[in-house]
Amino acid sequence: MAQILFNLFVAFTLISAAGVVVNKNAVNAAMCLLLALVGVAGLFVALNAYLLAFLLLLVYAGAVVALFLFIVMLLDTKGDQRPGLKHLSLVARVLAAGLVGVGFYSFFVRSRLPEPALSAPSAALGADLKLYAYQLFTTYLLPVQVIGFLLLAAMLGVIVLSKKFENTEDAS
Amino acid sequence: MIHPTLHAYLAISAALFALGFLGVLIRRNTLVVFMCLELMLVASTLALVAFSRFNGTMDGNVFVFFILTVAAAEVAVGLAIIVALFRRRHTIQVDELNSLKN
Repeated sequence: MAQILFNLFVAFTLISAAGVVVNKNAVNAAMCLLLALVGVAGLFVALNAYLLAFLLLLVYAGAVVALFLFIVMLLDTKGDQRPGLKHLSLVARVLAAGLVGVGFYSFFVRSRLPEPALSAPSAALGADLKLYAYQLFTTYLLPVQVIGFLLLAAMLGVIVLSKKFENTEDAS
Repeated sequence: MIHPTLHAYLAISAALFALGFLGVLIRRNTLVVFMCLELMLVASTLALVAFSRFNGTMDGNVFVFFILTVAAAEVAVGLAIIVALFRRRHTIQVDELNSLKN
């Protein structure tokens, strides 16, 4: 059962991600991104990281994709031209195909993981909410503070970037 | 109950990352390029969560927590930059944004 669900979510994620890449319309691409994120959240659930799956849906699927849709509709650009695979020279095509082949070969044939890492341990730490809180407020206290400062800086930066300064526009 | 192996998760993560990278390379619309960047970030978080689960540690999960926060801030700033760019140049096609080329 778990294996079937896993395969289902994998196929869903990869097909939606391919949809982001090939869709000519930006709105359709954003919708495919939403579906891909839902698929990744399902994989997080399969990994027992329930909080992260929830946060991924909330932050990415909720806020980020909505923001993307707003901007796509705000800018209202003409449809994208064909994705530019046609401009590639023959050398670039052969080189890229070779690199992809070498990557697949080295991943599936040559990679060896240490034995304990191959079987799932019994304790699923990612499911325990208390552990997140404990880690965030002890080991990772400084990064939490830095992240807070980063969010403040990003907020101010966005306001400065998107505000229209009438006087300076006229001067330049 | 048979669990999927760590290898399977890493393969998915790599495939997702490759798809995002392909999108960054071939798409001409800045907004879609940005979406593909987000796809690459999510692929890396999937690898982190898988490593964390199979090694019985908590650090990968906490790291994903931080990545989600930074990604949210990054999306806000990036989209603000794209809007500012569109206001000034009236295009967001990558091919037409070549002022630095000459």
